[in-house]
Amino acid sequence: MIAAPSLGVDGLTKTFGPLRAVDDLTFEVRPGAVTGFLGPNGAGKTTTLRMLLGLATPTSGSTRVGDRPYAAHPQPARVVGAALEATGFHPGRTGLGHLQVYAPQVGADLDRCHELLDTVGLSAAAGRRVGQYSMGMRQRLGLATALLGDPPCLVLDEPTNGLDPEGIRWLRTLLRGFAAEGRTVLVSSHLLGEVQNTVDDVVVIVRGRLVHASSLADLAALAEPGAYVVSPTAGAVADLARRQGWPVRAHERGLVVDGVTADVVGTAAHRDGVELHELTPRGTDLEDVFLRLTATGHDLAGTPGGAR
Amino acid sequence: MRAALRSEVRKLLSTRLWWVLLLAMAGYLAFIGATLGLALALGGDVEESGGAPVLGGVDAATTVYSLVSAIGYVFPLVVGSLAVTTEFRHHTITQTLLAEPRRGVLLAAKLLATVPVGLAYGVVGALAIVLGGAPALAIAGDGAFLTDGDVVQVLLLDVLVTVLWALLGAAFGLLVTQQVAAIVVILAFTQFVEPVARLALGAVDALAGVGAFLPGAAADALIGASFFGELGSADLLPRWAGALVLLAYIGTFATVGRLTTLRRDVA
Ligand SMILES: Nc1ncnc2c1ncn2[C@@H]1O[C@H](COP(=O)(O)OP(=O)(O)OP(=O)(O)O)[C@@H](O)[C@H]1O
Ligand SMILES: [Mg+2]
Repeated sequence: MIAAPSLGVDGLTKTFGPLRAVDDLTFEVRPGAVTGFLGPNGAGKTTTLRMLLGLATPTSGSTRVGDRPYAAHPQPARVVGAALEATGFHPGRTGLGHLQVYAPQVGADLDRCHELLDTVGLSAAAGRRVGQYSMGMRQRLGLATALLGDPPCLVLDEPTNGLDPEGIRWLRTLLRGFAAEGRTVLVSSHLLGEVQNTVDDVVVIVRGRLVHASSLADLAALAEPGAYVVSPTAGAVADLARRQGWPVRAHERGLVVDGVTADVVGTAAHRDGVELHELTPRGTDLEDVFLRLTATGHDLAGTPGGAR
Repeated sequence: MRAALRSEVRKLLSTRLWWVLLLAMAGYLAFIGATLGLALALGGDVEESGGAPVLGGVDAATTVYSLVSAIGYVFPLVVGSLAVTTEFRHHTITQTLLAEPRRGVLLAAKLLATVPVGLAYGVVGALAIVLGGAPALAIAGDGAFLTDGDVVQVLLLDVLVTVLWALLGAAFGLLVTQQVAAIVVILAFTQFVEPVARLALGAVDALAGVGAFLPGAAADALIGASFFGELGSADLLPRWAGALVLLAYIGTFATVGRLTTLRRDVA
């Protein structure tokens, strides 16, 4: 097992003029797990990661890699391997040349560069100029750069952008492997579905504020069952729900009953002799939970600021 | 620091730019050396037609050989500035700062890495000017004087000045990170603003001394022999002061760059 440091963000705030891009954000990323850093476009994910990596100065608050800021580590790229969305490549440099440029600071030799190009599936393109690389190939080269120093922590900003399905699956296996080795892995995404099968923990931010932080299982537990009912006697359904204490709301041509499954509603309607023309399960899944979190900007668990 | 320096040197050498510009400079200087060598060697006519002093013997040789700075200096300047501005143009500065977040160290590494490149440009530039100028001077003039002490000194100073130009370019790139803007400013200043300013300032008695502090004039002072100097445009500083003025430009640009560009957030 690798003894990896945890990553931390404490009361982090970043303003751009009147905009609070990151607003009093606090969370912790533990070793031995893949943490998904989620939020809609413009939520402040990249800005947070930039501050974590010493590229931008916080307006207030601080960030930690282990016990100190990123830039205070003597060879920080050996501690945290990072690939950010804005990172560029010189189009006139070869893929191998790019890795060699950044190799000295992490003590990587030529063999290591070749090995990594092999790992990310770019061996055949090693001698080609990056200007000719596709988006997915650049994404892979960025990942190889992050891995150069064999770092115990990995921070990746939207790493699945531009990757083909096979690439996404390969990345998932890689990241799961890293977490299993005990490394700390933080992956940002604006889609929960994209990282759902990869992450153990989730940190969700909206408009720069933390709305939820927990394990993926705890987030999934927030999903609720429900049923969509159409009846010629809508009043009777509403009465039935009131007697059972189920919340209902009007929806399209009928009603939605929240918190219960369709079969429970069906059984109760049958018992009370209420005629139903349509009965459809209409529960929320993980994606709905995420969408509701991001749409409302409030934690569904009722504790703004998250579960830990 | 050593790792950062190696990284910077690799950056400079891993694209085609440095040798493309080096070849361009070599060709240009060889051509200019031959042309001016011939012009000076056959310069008797100049005296009759105009008032310019005729250069002969070793003076003609040192004047031709000093063109590495007077004419060729745009090349190390541009290469130095590109070493910095490409990082911003192609957003590699992000990865660079991830690898070396100590921005002062990065600055030092960037500047130091241009030294070997400046040396290469200086040596190749001096060879090119000799290749073009020496035959012209030897065949049509009083001789190539390649073993003359003054000539050897000028050639060595050519190399030194070229290194300083490369450093100045890198420091300037840190000040004006927008690549196209940096190149336009360098070309406009060296090809137009400074020559005109040196002539204009030379013409006004009260300002005559100011022109000597312009970077091109300081470089001429350091070399101690110059095409423009021989044209009698203005008084030059002593050699040591010329070197100090160039170093002061480098130091000022680098310091301002550290306090502005390298203080900013990076995307
Ligand atoms: N340098 C900057 N100057 C001004 N505003 C900025 C700057 N960088 C980011 N912002 C703003 O801060 C907010 C957060 O941006 P950020 O890039 O962190 O979002 P994100 O969560 O990474 O979004 P995405 O999923 O689209 O990548 C946005 O409103 C953005 O416009
Ligand atoms: Mg982003």
